[in-house]
Amino acid sequence: MKRFVTGTWRWLDDRLGISTLIGPSLKHLVPRDARWWYVFGSATMLAFIVQVVTGVALAFSYTSSASQAYETLEWITNEAPFGSFLRGMHYFGASAMVLMVGAHMAQTFLFGSYKFPREMNWTTGVLLLGFTLVMGFTGQLLRWDQTAAWSVVVAAEQAGRVPLIGNFLAQFILGGTTIGGATLSRFFAIHVFIMPALMFTFIGIHLMLVLRHGIAEPPTAGKEVDPKTYRREYEELMQKTGHPFWPDGAWRDFVFGTGLIIVIALLAYFVGPPTLDKPPDPSILHADPRPDWYLLWYFALLAMIPRELEGYLMILGPVVIGVLLLAAPMLNNRGERAPSRRPWSIAVVLLSVIMIGSLWIAGANSPWSPNFDPAPLTEKVIGANSGPVFEGARVFQSKGCLNCHLISGDGGRRGPDLTYIGDTLSESDMIIRIVNGGVNMPAYGNSIRPEELAQLTAFLQSRKRPMPAALEAADR
Amino acid sequence: MTPDEITRRRFLEKLCIGLSGICAAILGIPLVGFVVAPIFRRTTGKWISVGNITDYEVGKTVSVTITDPSSLPWAGITAKNALWLRRVNESEFIGFSVNCTHLGCPVRWLADAGLFMCPCHGGVYYSDGTVAAGPPPKPLIRYDVRTANGQVQIKTMAIPITTTTRL
Repeated sequence: MKRFVTGTWRWLDDRLGISTLIGPSLKHLVPRDARWWYVFGSATMLAFIVQVVTGVALAFSYTSSASQAYETLEWITNEAPFGSFLRGMHYFGASAMVLMVGAHMAQTFLFGSYKFPREMNWTTGVLLLGFTLVMGFTGQLLRWDQTAAWSVVVAAEQAGRVPLIGNFLAQFILGGTTIGGATLSRFFAIHVFIMPALMFTFIGIHLMLVLRHGIAEPPTAGKEVDPKTYRREYEELMQKTGHPFWPDGAWRDFVFGTGLIIVIALLAYFVGPPTLDKPPDPSILHADPRPDWYLLWYFALLAMIPRELEGYLMILGPVVIGVLLLAAPMLNNRGERAPSRRPWSIAVVLLSVIMIGSLWIAGANSPWSPNFDPAPLTEKVIGANSGPVFEGARVFQSKGCLNCHLISGDGGRRGPDLTYIGDTLSESDMIIRIVNGGVNMPAYGNSIRPEELAQLTAFLQSRKRPMPAALEAADR
Repeated sequence: MTPDEITRRRFLEKLCIGLSGICAAILGIPLVGFVVAPIFRRTTGKWISVGNITDYEVGKTVSVTITDPSSLPWAGITAKNALWLRRVNESEFIGFSVNCTHLGCPVRWLADAGLFMCPCHGGVYYSDGTVAAGPPPKPLIRYDVRTANGQVQIKTMAIPITTTTRL
């Protein structure tokens, strides 16, 4: 039996040429000390494979029709065997892919691996990062619920800010002038055909380049990259100390990859896929669209850019960052690779992480958004159950003040916390603010009656820090 | 190789490249045309009735659901849309687009406060649609509204896109 199997394999391998085709790639020499830092690239590719497999599975049931996609998603999630699990895998697979791309990029940047002769490895990698983010965004849209529908509008509005062709781009995204039958199927075609085709192509090129230039050896401080001698030195190093990729180098990729896929599966099983929001009916105005976590930082950025700079930052920002990233290796492709000799590279990575991290936290809290359903102020918080202070508290709620201001922990966070405003603002100052408005506060002069204003200020004047017990006793 | 052979080779190379270009055009033109076609489909600018004048109270702003009369057959609920309709006085109505002029999220009307608020990035508008706070660059866009035969009619319109007017 064994002889039969071996014989068949030999025959097939001879006629198909499998070993001669992939043998040299598998056995190519890699640096012996390329250890756990080097697993993120293969982990990204594994996450991509997870996406392809689970995506193909989901496509067996998903219908890319504007009127039916939501129903098929409900069916996949609630009724289809493995449906919820597959959606979860696809979601956490996407998350893993974004994280692994980030880790891979940070590692190659810190190790100076983008320098000669691997400039195009980096540049094709940056394109793949862009494709990954496009996949993340279009994927969220295919979860065709209310958030998805409004996200398309937000995307169209952003594209609309591009000078000259903005309107054209916006309508291209919407598939017309409004959300409708044409909108979803466009994103389906982009997510399922166009982007994967681009990704397969560029992953192929990226891998081909890895084989062509070899895996960069871990950097040594003081050993500079000189394009004149680098290739020869690398070749000598591999001949002397390198070992074959398969299996001496590859086993770590398999261990890490298996761990990654187990984590994705556990999250998919125990946490499950993102819940479906309300149906994608644009006439339901109670909407609260938020991007998935990997774009939440960008959502925060859009809320926080100063208005005068918005037009520039929204369009020029991503263009400048994209061009800088693509061109980075061409700007600096020789010299030291070790992060200890390139402290600015550590600073760049740390700053990026801190910036995206803090924007991400801001996006998760989104203090700039009004709180549409604040808990009503209780009598205990108000400190009265009748009289002007009590009436003032009711005005505070009905006029929408509570949507943006906190009182003793209840309300919105858009404006200042007013829990102790009575300590800092006099009655006349308050009236001026309320009537005329202020930075980011509406003027109520036209919409509030004099008696309401009096009640409101009475309530706000009563918002004072409680006196310490000792002082209170002395007062008596 | 003789000069003749070289010329022949150059010619064959150019021929193949030219033929490839023709093949690409045969495939590419319909693809691009089909993909961009929806942009040129005129679907808005139709007058539709949203009920009797008497259905609306003077001074009130209410949401009105409309269905796009020229939607694609499979649009389903995505053919629906809404606007905020305000009856200003006996004869005058204002129809506000629900799309925030910042990035298009649907603004909500807080009747007691007399404000429109946006859930996304905190835009706030007064009852006449002018900006009260937050990032919106311009007032809420208005629909064309008219009254005829006791009915309120609005003219359907595209999702208003705030464009950059200067480079």
